[in-house]
Amino acid sequence: MKKFPYYPGCTLKQAATHFGESAIASAKAADIELVEIPRWNCCGAVSSLTSDDLMHHVAPIRNLVRVQEMNQEGLVDNEYDLIVFCSMCFNVLKRSNERVREDPEMLKTINQFMDTEQDYEAKVNVVHFLETLKEIGWNKIERQVKKPLKGLKISAYYGCTLLRPRGIGIDDPEAPTIMDDFIRAMGAEPVSNPYKSLCCGSYHTVGDNKELVADRTYKIVNAARENGAEMIITSCPLCAYNLDNRQKETKEKYPEFKQMPVIYFTQIMALATGMEDRAGFNGNYIDSRPLLREHGFLEG
Amino acid sequence: MTAVIKVKKKNREFLLKTEEMSGEHITMCEQCGICTTSCPMTEDMDISPASIIHLVQIGDEGVLDSTAIWLCASCYTCTVRCPRGIDLSAITEALRQQTLRKSIDYIDINSIDRKELEELPAIALVSALRKYTS
Repeated sequence: MKKFPYYPGCTLKQAATHFGESAIASAKAADIELVEIPRWNCCGAVSSLTSDDLMHHVAPIRNLVRVQEMNQEGLVDNEYDLIVFCSMCFNVLKRSNERVREDPEMLKTINQFMDTEQDYEAKVNVVHFLETLKEIGWNKIERQVKKPLKGLKISAYYGCTLLRPRGIGIDDPEAPTIMDDFIRAMGAEPVSNPYKSLCCGSYHTVGDNKELVADRTYKIVNAARENGAEMIITSCPLCAYNLDNRQKETKEKYPEFKQMPVIYFTQIMALATGMEDRAGFNGNYIDSRPLLREHGFLEG
Repeated sequence: MTAVIKVKKKNREFLLKTEEMSGEHITMCEQCGICTTSCPMTEDMDISPASIIHLVQIGDEGVLDSTAIWLCASCYTCTVRCPRGIDLSAITEALRQQTLRKSIDYIDINSIDRKELEELPAIALVSALRKYTS
């Protein structure tokens, strides 16, 4: 198994350990050993968009310095592809990386600011795990599937930060297909959703705007259901929280609303590759197990 | 026929400041409105995304009091669609920052119920605090 550096981010270690656990299992199925970055720090969750704010790029870049160190210390196999699963961490780390690559002056300033760290050489590539799977090849991934999820209708939800802005996102921002390819590789059936990349309301879930999130959850989940989907998969922990947990508020506002499981793509991969004990199906708000039992993918 | 909008010096300073902070050529916007039609928050906003840009173009600082600039969640849908290549999400960030940098927060985290805070994942809290507070 090839050793790759891995950035978990805070959610995979705390609120969504079912994402973290199933991520490690999914990587194993793809013959990858994830080596967690020693002493990683929070990326900041959102990318700083003002041109004069360098301070908030320090945290992401410091993580990339750690990847450099991992290579020097032989913790990974001369591997500069940093694997990330969380869409938001992926976006933030990649944007900071691209910014310092384009702007050597900015890189120099950040390096001088982090005077207790070695200089960042901008050699790391920030990669989302879906890209890693695509690079390995869907045919090869398909061969790792022990339990094809035949007949399961899944709607992919991309959200924002996996796709946009252009140059950072992992697929066409208007017509992405990578998650549908993933669903097919797992033996399941992809179902299209016109709102697959509509913003779920993001951090407006904090404070007085929960209704705004509930409205978008209503729209996204309903569209998936109308197109025949039985569940939604995503790779963003904030989208997952909004589309899954906020179905409670959605149901309160729209009593006729029918709830639907929204789970991480890695949970599906752990199940399909025969590692359902590591899929963490008890971690989601809307339980997907009754549906998976109905299909015969889970016993009991 | 060329229409010319004359902007007063004081108002021009606000435009230039916002251009510098956002790194965007705001005067390039021709008001086609694709940002407004693409924005998932338009229906909840007091002014439209295209109006945000227009107000900055004419140097109207009143745009800082709109709720629209705070509803923009940087989803980048307008960014990938703008025919002039303008990143409106960077502009709304520059506008929010002009308030936040005076140590004026948009939400008071202490007003949020403790139980609710405990339920929220770190990713929600960190991103909300980064966007709403100084």
